[in-house]
Amino acid sequence: MSDYFETLGRYLPRILDGLLITVELTIGGALLAVVIAIGLGLLARVENFLLRGFARVVIEFFRGTSLVVQLFFLFFVLPLPPFNVNLSPIVVGLIGLGLNYGAYGAEVVRGSINSVPKGQWEATTALSMSNVQRMVRVIFPQAWALMIPSLNNLLIQLLKGTAVVYTITIVDMTAIFNDMRRDTSVFFSYTIALLVYFVIAYVLSTLMGLLERRATAKLGRGIKLHVIPDAKGVAT
Amino acid sequence: MPTESDPLGELGLHTGAVELADGEIPAIRFENVVKQYGSNTVLDGLNFTVRKGDRVTLIGPSGSGKTTILRLVMTLEDSTDGYIFIDGQPLTHIEKDGRRIVLKDKYRFEMRKRIGMVFQQFNLFPNMTVLENIIEAPVHVLGHSKADAITRAHELLEQVGLPDKAKAHPTSLSGGQQQRVAIARCLAMDPEIMLLDEVTSALDPEVVGEVLGILRNIAATTDVTMLIVTHEMQFARDVSNRVLMFDAGRIVEEGSPAEIFDNPQEERTQAFLSAVS
Repeated sequence: MSDYFETLGRYLPRILDGLLITVELTIGGALLAVVIAIGLGLLARVENFLLRGFARVVIEFFRGTSLVVQLFFLFFVLPLPPFNVNLSPIVVGLIGLGLNYGAYGAEVVRGSINSVPKGQWEATTALSMSNVQRMVRVIFPQAWALMIPSLNNLLIQLLKGTAVVYTITIVDMTAIFNDMRRDTSVFFSYTIALLVYFVIAYVLSTLMGLLERRATAKLGRGIKLHVIPDAKGVAT
Repeated sequence: MPTESDPLGELGLHTGAVELADGEIPAIRFENVVKQYGSNTVLDGLNFTVRKGDRVTLIGPSGSGKTTILRLVMTLEDSTDGYIFIDGQPLTHIEKDGRRIVLKDKYRFEMRKRIGMVFQQFNLFPNMTVLENIIEAPVHVLGHSKADAITRAHELLEQVGLPDKAKAHPTSLSGGQQQRVAIARCLAMDPEIMLLDEVTSALDPEVVGEVLGILRNIAATTDVTMLIVTHEMQFARDVSNRVLMFDAGRIVEEGSPAEIFDNPQEERTQAFLSAVS
């Protein structure tokens, strides 16, 4: 067993490289997913039939197809005619994860916006606010607090989803532990892998929890936090 | 003669029961207004006129269409048929070549600025402080400078008896305090018409008086036109100069508060008043 830990020590630089890839894909994919989720989520509730239809088709398509097949498509099909688009594996991974989880997130965004009480919408009308002002200044800040728990779930799923990128030649953390298995044991290698994923997930979840508490505190609910700096860098 | 301020050329042809002076333009005029929800007709060809500076209270059993009238004036909902005029100008629809045409959003937006509403459930924005609630629309809708808006907001908070609550969060205030902030927020827009929709119905009985006192004060010191839906008959008597009794989307009886409350003529008005008092 002590041999195993020695081997683990030898693998450490490679594990850290793999970890970096995993974290990059998670954070990059999540940022892209949030942008796509907000964009599609807002578009899915506009009056214009064509725009709303477009959003619905994109959401249903990326929710309804396998992430692995989406990655294969982007990686193997796009370089061929008539597309002739060559993307690096990392970019393919980011786009695939961003679109897939963005489509799920769009439903979260849409649902949260619809959950803001009707009275809030009516008050913005009574104050003659424009549609943009209403969304940016009143509705979205309230919907944000509602959507964080579900977005947290998606973020954890996205982290775990990054492991599938080994199918498009990316050497992420899972790929390294897959290698290490040969020099240690299946049990040892994969147990360490599980623990590392769990720790990252736990850290992300904790950060999202703080974000949620800050968002609800801004709405005057829940416990006020004094340690989390707000956008201006001032502790609230 | 159609003019820019009178596109239908129908001013003075009011169908309500109010005597208008020559050339007087009423604050609000409903002309054959119909409102249906599915097959349920809430307002059925309603006509009435509100003069500028009038304080009109709408009374009647629930479901009689009172709140619907306020919601139509605030453009929270669209009428099914008929026309509404604010200061002689069409609010949401216009008649052209015998057809009912909906007006553009941009036009409605401008009309809406002249009207303010206070809601039963206050509807303050929980993501903003009291001060931010009050200055939000004056700054971002009317384009006032932030400094001016803040000065005015402090005056209004003084007026509603909450000078020390500017930085408070709405959720930390009592219902009565929240409603007073909502009144200040409405007044900050300097509306020509103020709509009060059962503003004390969600309040504890002991704070109803303070909210009504503030509204009495506003009624006494400004010339804002008020359209009031309330179950507080004493308030209606104190503040309004006209009372309309509604039942099933129609005006059953109307008159001065003294006429309606002390000497109601219609059986339905008598039954309603004895039920609520």
